[in-house]
Amino acid sequence: MSAERRGAGLEVEGLTVRYGDGPDAPAAIRDVDLQVAPGETVGLVGESGSGKTTLALAVLRALPEAGRVDGGRISLAGDDLLAMDARALRELWRHRIKLVPQNPLPSMNPAHTVGHQLAESLSPDRPGRADRERIDAMLDAVGLADPGRIRRSYPFELSGGQQQRVMIAMALLGEPELLVMDEPTTNLDVTTEAAILELVRGLVRGSDTAVLYVSHSLGVVSQLCDRVEVLYAGELVECAPVDELYDAPRHPYTVGLLDSVPLLGRTKTDAPLRPIPGRIPDPTELPPGCVFAPRCPAAEEACRTARPALESAGPNRLVACRRWREIADGDVSARQPAPGHAEEALEVAAGDAPALSAIGIEKRFETRRGLMDRLRGREAGAVKALRGVDLEVRQGRTLGLVGESGSGKSTLARAVIGLEPASDGTFELLGVPLTRRLERRDREVIRRLQMVFQSSDEALNPHRSVGATLRRPFMHLAGLDRAEADRRVARLLESVNLTADYAARMPDQLSGGEKQRVTVARAFASDPELILFDESVSGLDVSVQASLLNLLDELQRERHASYLFISHDLAVVAHLADDVAVLYLGQVMESGPAGTVLAPPYHPYTEALLAAVPRIDPHVAAARPPLEGEVPSPRDVPPGCPFATRCPRVLGAVCHDEPPPVTVDEDGRHRIRCHIPRDELLELQEPLVERVAT
Amino acid sequence: MTTPGGGGAATAAPPAQPAPLAGARHLLGELYARPTSAIGTTLVALFVAMALIGPWLAPYGPTEQILSDRSQAPGAAHWFGTDRLGRDVFSRVVTGARDIFLLAGGGTAVAVAIGTVAGLVTSTLGGWWEEITFRLFDTLLAMPALLLALLLLGTLGPSRSSVLWVIAVAYTPIVARVVRSVVLSVKTREWVAAARMQGETLPWILTREILPSVLPALAVEAALRFSYAIFLVASLGFLGVGVQPPNPDWGLMVAEARDYVYLTPWSLIFPAAAISLLVVSVNLAADGLGRALRTEGR
Repeated sequence: MSAERRGAGLEVEGLTVRYGDGPDAPAAIRDVDLQVAPGETVGLVGESGSGKTTLALAVLRALPEAGRVDGGRISLAGDDLLAMDARALRELWRHRIKLVPQNPLPSMNPAHTVGHQLAESLSPDRPGRADRERIDAMLDAVGLADPGRIRRSYPFELSGGQQQRVMIAMALLGEPELLVMDEPTTNLDVTTEAAILELVRGLVRGSDTAVLYVSHSLGVVSQLCDRVEVLYAGELVECAPVDELYDAPRHPYTVGLLDSVPLLGRTKTDAPLRPIPGRIPDPTELPPGCVFAPRCPAAEEACRTARPALESAGPNRLVACRRWREIADGDVSARQPAPGHAEEALEVAAGDAPALSAIGIEKRFETRRGLMDRLRGREAGAVKALRGVDLEVRQGRTLGLVGESGSGKSTLARAVIGLEPASDGTFELLGVPLTRRLERRDREVIRRLQMVFQSSDEALNPHRSVGATLRRPFMHLAGLDRAEADRRVARLLESVNLTADYAARMPDQLSGGEKQRVTVARAFASDPELILFDESVSGLDVSVQASLLNLLDELQRERHASYLFISHDLAVVAHLADDVAVLYLGQVMESGPAGTVLAPPYHPYTEALLAAVPRIDPHVAAARPPLEGEVPSPRDVPPGCPFATRCPRVLGAVCHDEPPPVTVDEDGRHRIRCHIPRDELLELQEPLVERVAT
Repeated sequence: MTTPGGGGAATAAPPAQPAPLAGARHLLGELYARPTSAIGTTLVALFVAMALIGPWLAPYGPTEQILSDRSQAPGAAHWFGTDRLGRDVFSRVVTGARDIFLLAGGGTAVAVAIGTVAGLVTSTLGGWWEEITFRLFDTLLAMPALLLALLLLGTLGPSRSSVLWVIAVAYTPIVARVVRSVVLSVKTREWVAAARMQGETLPWILTREILPSVLPALAVEAALRFSYAIFLVASLGFLGVGVQPPNPDWGLMVAEARDYVYLTPWSLIFPAAAISLLVVSVNLAADGLGRALRTEGR
């Protein structure tokens, strides 16, 4: 270790941030230290409620009005940030500290071109010609081909990935001393995320910029950062170089986080997730001792009474746990207990009809014709969102459906449930064809087919209590009376690991994870055969996601329900699904049992998706550059293979002009839609990741 | 600590309270959290009380002429003075409150009822019904309310019930628009889709899933419409096409007193002040109501 520090970079010491007035106001950040040296990338990791955003905002001197620093020091290259007045801050923000936000669009002015805004960020006083060359060079450096066109574009004309690249260009143009990145890839597709991470890594390496990278994703952080600080309930619990943190976590919370992340190559049967029970305490009701003690598997009596100090646990390592030595020596386990497994689900007889089959599903969206188009006799155009999808969900099993945004995953789910009826093709539920429109389906079909949306505040009516929401299916679909329905609601709440008194709560009194448990309960209320999950665990913290995934697995075993599980997160799908289908531009590119889809031979698109998943292991890196470009608009789908425009293994004209054939393996279950023969694919394909020296 | 009680109560949200009681208490707390809405609410309550018990409060009948006391200035015997015909202005103002509330309130209630049903049903269904309904409403909205009122009253003939219907016609489209704007944002929410997936019927979805989200905006709009309706009733009375003499209508009283403003200014000032005060206090209360319902939605 070259211990010598160049300059000082960002230094935060003993920082406490409170929301509200008075010395007893709740503190969102308590006594936190943080150093980011020039040229270093430090990851700030924690779940929602950990205080990572508050810390980042404090560093930016951009706390919301109610927040105030109550003790501690923040300095950049030795200059005290807390002592700066409005004018000094303006200089600071203009030249020395830059932010790349999670959502680029609201941070850009919709009335000005991208070029104008870039010029403005470079020299706010006289935006003009002078800096054109520097801007073009920077746009080129962030991987935006054709800088001239980008410069002339307005923000809304760019895709999400392009917008984020522009934000990065804007931040780096001023060669700031400190770059704060706040979850910059969270809302992007996995392929775009991989490309942006690759870009940031390249740009930061060798520069003198200190980077503070805020993220909830351990995978992203371990791929990008040199050091990681783990925050919990406003306190720093562990700080270590990234490889040491991964190889030998010392704090039980870090251990819990690592155990909560689904890993590619592990499934629910060979490595069940070990979620952290309970939830992060509110700053108003902190436990007296160690803040993590109530959820800690290694906590003993002393942990609950005395606050642990932040101790050095080796060079460059800090940990706030009384028992870290015992944990390091293996004398005590900091791992959460693995969930008990019920017996394996009943084997389904071979002759049984699949829970759901989709046969040749098409979905067209008519484009609107304006008056002039009508007068000119122009035909109404149609966008094909689904182009002949064939799928099967086996009884009591899970089909995972993956693809980037724009692939048609959600359209398919909405067509199955009947919210947006398919234009062509048939769905069969247990062999019986389904009426296309939801409103025409009879009650029995509605009872058997349910759906859980993406976790959000929208899935539950904010004006109805949990009990009122859950009671309805029992009364309306099962015809029970009020008293019996209430009894069932209580039992149902317990089966999703909530208590019966949740029935009286309103949705705004629930956390994100609790809300999603309630929507899962609502779907199970009518005892359905098939449940569709549309990104249902995506917006959740890792430990919450892990417990929800375990819950879904458990409920499936108990109730023998079949799942169609849609997610953009391949690792989650790989963990839960028995079968996997990969969708691209409304076509299934590859499908089959999870083991065969996630192993060679892959479809080149599956291969690219798998390679892009951020690995949590810092010792490995993707073996190939990330996929270029983005999903083309479904308006102009190429006549041949839809993936041909981005495919790294494209053969030539045949891929662009002729629809690829579907090839099947010996079992008849693994299907690949590609011009390249299976055995050739198998030969071409090498491991997706390679070991790297750290 | 230092935040006003209302704000603190809103964030703490005790879970185990019976909902309607807690809701009403929260609403009152919010209304009285700021001086402006507190004053507005109190004054509206006083006016309502006046409308309810006015006839018993008034020392004289509203049309009773005390010929010996004509054109008296305000004093101990006649608090607001008497007009040229010897009628007690205080008694007329107090009893006139009932008419204002009946006509403006009744008209607003009809407008809110029709506007809500029309807006809720057609915007949820969409398509041609929505198109036809709202184009029709747009034509009505294109005319200023007063012009529309004069036109209708010219046809119906001036009477109290026609004033009520005029208000209903003039304000139904506005209420429907407000309802529509909320419905359009709510009907695409996932909880509405979830209700459809549970096989709920359209009436259930309209009344149980969508209507509750419309209510806050609707309550504020209804209060605002009411204050404009007061204006309209007074204007029509003033123009002589609304309530007819000798009824103690405030607008009519202003019109009658106009010619004698130098002789008996009090018979103009007090009814005019009553109109302004009621309109202002309804507006203040509506502001408070809007704020209270917004914080409750959190």
